[in-house]
Amino acid sequence: MITADYILLCLGMGFVTYIPRWAPLFALSQRTLPRWLEEWLDLIPAAILSALILPALVTVGEPRQLSFGSKDLIVAVPVFLFALRTRSLGGTVVLGMALYWLAGKVLG
Amino acid sequence: MSDHTVPTDKVPILQDGIRAAWPICLGYVPIGLAFGVLAQKAGLSPLAIGLMSVLVFAGSAQFIAVAMLEAGSGIAAIVVTTLTVNLRHLLMSSALCVHLKGIRKPWLALFAYGITDESFALNLVKFREGIWDWKRALTVNHVTNAVWVTSTVIGGLGGAFIPAHAFGIDYALTSMFLCLLVYQLRGRLYVLKGLIAGIAAVVISLTIPGNSYIVAASVIAATAGLLIRRQFPQIEKDRGPL
Repeated sequence: MITADYILLCLGMGFVTYIPRWAPLFALSQRTLPRWLEEWLDLIPAAILSALILPALVTVGEPRQLSFGSKDLIVAVPVFLFALRTRSLGGTVVLGMALYWLAGKVLG
Repeated sequence: MSDHTVPTDKVPILQDGIRAAWPICLGYVPIGLAFGVLAQKAGLSPLAIGLMSVLVFAGSAQFIAVAMLEAGSGIAAIVVTTLTVNLRHLLMSSALCVHLKGIRKPWLALFAYGITDESFALNLVKFREGIWDWKRALTVNHVTNAVWVTSTVIGGLGGAFIPAHAFGIDYALTSMFLCLLVYQLRGRLYVLKGLIAGIAAVVISLTIPGNSYIVAASVIAATAGLLIRRQFPQIEKDRGPL
């Protein structure tokens, strides 16, 4: 059963999630940005990708602790090298899954 | 981006969008199923699960919300937590706007709904390659959304019967991010900045709970990158080992 409180919760969560997704597009895409801001924004994607990936690979647990032995990290090394060599997204995803599955069998 | 190289018929648009989106979809299925199973255990019906997935469409925030619901948290606390978890989209939306100039506001509003870590990373790389337009990007956003909503509802209906961790599918998104990161390393400056961001993110993630490290580290690294570019313009000429 769905209560009024639950609908309110989902609407609230939806609203605070949507605004950060929408406001910059709405505010910035219709105007010319200053050169430094365009350059800065151009540097953001690689930074975000690194910031998303690296902690997930080298930290474990809650509170997080540094660890260089996780299955995720061990598999990431050949997968990264494969991506560098081939630049194939599909190939990288398939190889990553295969190696992770294999690592699960071998390392437990 | 030069528009004349990108076909504008409807069928290629959908095909290209779906073809590009498959790694994300593959990654969303196990996470969506897992979320559905957890949410169902927390007492949510499949319909309630679908409602949250449609209205929120943000994986990590939804997991946290269900955990907080189970712990008896109030609506306000869950909404505030959701806001802090999803503030990172501010940065992604800002970075995307460079590629979405001149698009009408209703379309922008529809596009914004589908901005996730995954669709952002994928679309941005495609835009940079010059073979992408906003309609294809919009397709990626909404195909991945449909897969997310469907997987969470199926998880709620009986996902416990689907074997978890099958075929290394848990690693699909990590692999995709690794490859997209490789695409972004377009010279020494980008490698350097990636290292700064990664190391900063690790340090911050070890000291501050939550996911504020994503925004903090990205801002630090992009600012450092800009300063380095200003101080040492010659770094740009050297494409580095990649």
